Amino acid sequence: MAGQTDQLIKPGTGHGLLDVYGDRFLLKLLVRKEIKVRYRGSVLGLLWSYVKPLVQFLIYFVALGIFLNLQRGTPNYAIYLFSGIVLVNFFTESLSNATRSIVDNRDLIRKIYLPRELFPVATVWVSAAHFLPQLLVLVGACLVVGWAPTLLQLAAVVLIFVMVAVLGTGLGLLFGAVNVYFRDSENIVDMIVMVVTWASPVLYLWSMVQKVMGDWFWIYQLNPMTVAVEVFHWAFWEPTLKADQLVNDASPPGMLTFWLPVALLITLAVLFLGQWTFRRLAVHFAQEL
Amino acid sequence: MTAHGHVAIICTDIRKQFVLRHTRSLKEALVWLVKGRKGDLSKKFLALKDVSLEVKQGETVALMGLNGSGKSTLLKLISGVLQPDGGTVRTRGRVAGLIEVGAGFHHDLSGRDNVYLNGAILGMTEKQIDEKFDSIVEFSEIGEFIDTEVKFYSSGMYLRLAFSIAVHTDPEVFLIDEILAVGDEPFQRKCIAKIKELSEMGKTLFVVSHDLDLVATVCERGVLLEHGKIVMDGEVHDVVNELRRRSLAL
Repeated sequence: MAGQTDQLIKPGTGHGLLDVYGDRFLLKLLVRKEIKVRYRGSVLGLLWSYVKPLVQFLIYFVALGIFLNLQRGTPNYAIYLFSGIVLVNFFTESLSNATRSIVDNRDLIRKIYLPRELFPVATVWVSAAHFLPQLLVLVGACLVVGWAPTLLQLAAVVLIFVMVAVLGTGLGLLFGAVNVYFRDSENIVDMIVMVVTWASPVLYLWSMVQKVMGDWFWIYQLNPMTVAVEVFHWAFWEPTLKADQLVNDASPPGMLTFWLPVALLITLAVLFLGQWTFRRLAVHFAQEL
Repeated sequence: MTAHGHVAIICTDIRKQFVLRHTRSLKEALVWLVKGRKGDLSKKFLALKDVSLEVKQGETVALMGLNGSGKSTLLKLISGVLQPDGGTVRTRGRVAGLIEVGAGFHHDLSGRDNVYLNGAILGMTEKQIDEKFDSIVEFSEIGEFIDTEVKFYSSGMYLRLAFSIAVHTDPEVFLIDEILAVGDEPFQRKCIAKIKELSEMGKTLFVVSHDLDLVATVCERGVLLEHGKIVMDGEVHDVVNELRRRSLAL
């Protein structure tokens, strides 16, 4: 702080996401506050972040796995299903809360200058705090059915987690900033959230889509969430299959060598677009809220 | 009094325009576009017109004016919450706004959590808050209630804690907006004493208040704003008298 005293600076200008890194302490407090406040006065507290996805999983499993009998064609369908659901939940929670974060914190933004990127970033961290217990449940379930992943698969899990967090941050910055001007943004995001579960192979197999789309299958693969879910299947579901259960087309061709880099590039592009839009719109947040 | 050193705040020809009655939905904006952009989607209002101002380090400035003269807007431009539409604002050192204290309070958190959260929002580091925590609690006279959720605080306790955090943030420039009316008389006296102490330590103070007698005791220099323009800049008592004269003429 002392170094700044001898020069004149322009107030209210920052370096976007870089400032969030400089304000790690405040970010930590904001995340802690969100977690504390969300479960205030509830008996189960953080347990709710286990209960909700568990119920969601049971519904899908009973309806699709048992009633529609998808588990006959897909061995260990429960694992297949749950590994996709937790990832999609992480993404949708990040995105929808980040979108609302600027408007929800309007009292603060109107009165005190802070790097405004803090709010969407904090919501993504909160979502991550809800994602990790679910991931533990998934790992537990996988171990029960004999999960033996390779080191590469574990590394891929970490990479995908970071990628989805970045994707949620990028889109959250974009829609959160637009939401200040047009509250329609929230509704658009609600729609994206609804679509995303079905636009990725969470409930069905990717090969079913390829059969229908044929040569146009690459469009489906351009969705970074699709690739993320496929990689999660490869890391969690495939290593639980026994030799006689192995499906020969468990992952789409070129998933790791081609589609994963493409997904990472798209994710980075989304982050830059989100940050760029956010920076441009943030100048007038205080007077528009 | 302390020697006035470098410039702490420079505003050059700042202009700030507000858009009133802004549309809030995409539909309205689309309809407006389809109709060939007929009519004004919004009404514009000039809150500040070419305001130039220079404040030296260690100066105590009272910004005065009637409601709607642009005082708070100027303060927000200096704190960086708003950006000017024309002209430039430059500040030196850390600027902290005591603008509507308690803005960062969360009702469901304890006093202790709120001290940390608000301290961080106002730009303090973890170490600074740790060091000053006891002093903050002592000044606020909250005592044992520090671990109670702030929603159970009386309005006086709430404001006292918020004010106490704000004065402990220790920036070079303090922006103070209508917060001197905090709590009961003894606490108010304490606040004013604290603010005077800050100015004696060489802090730059920039105060907005309608309590003219009070600002005259705290500040040396007065700036009078009227309809977004600076109409007078001088010794605080002269400016107070001028404002009183103008108000009577209305």
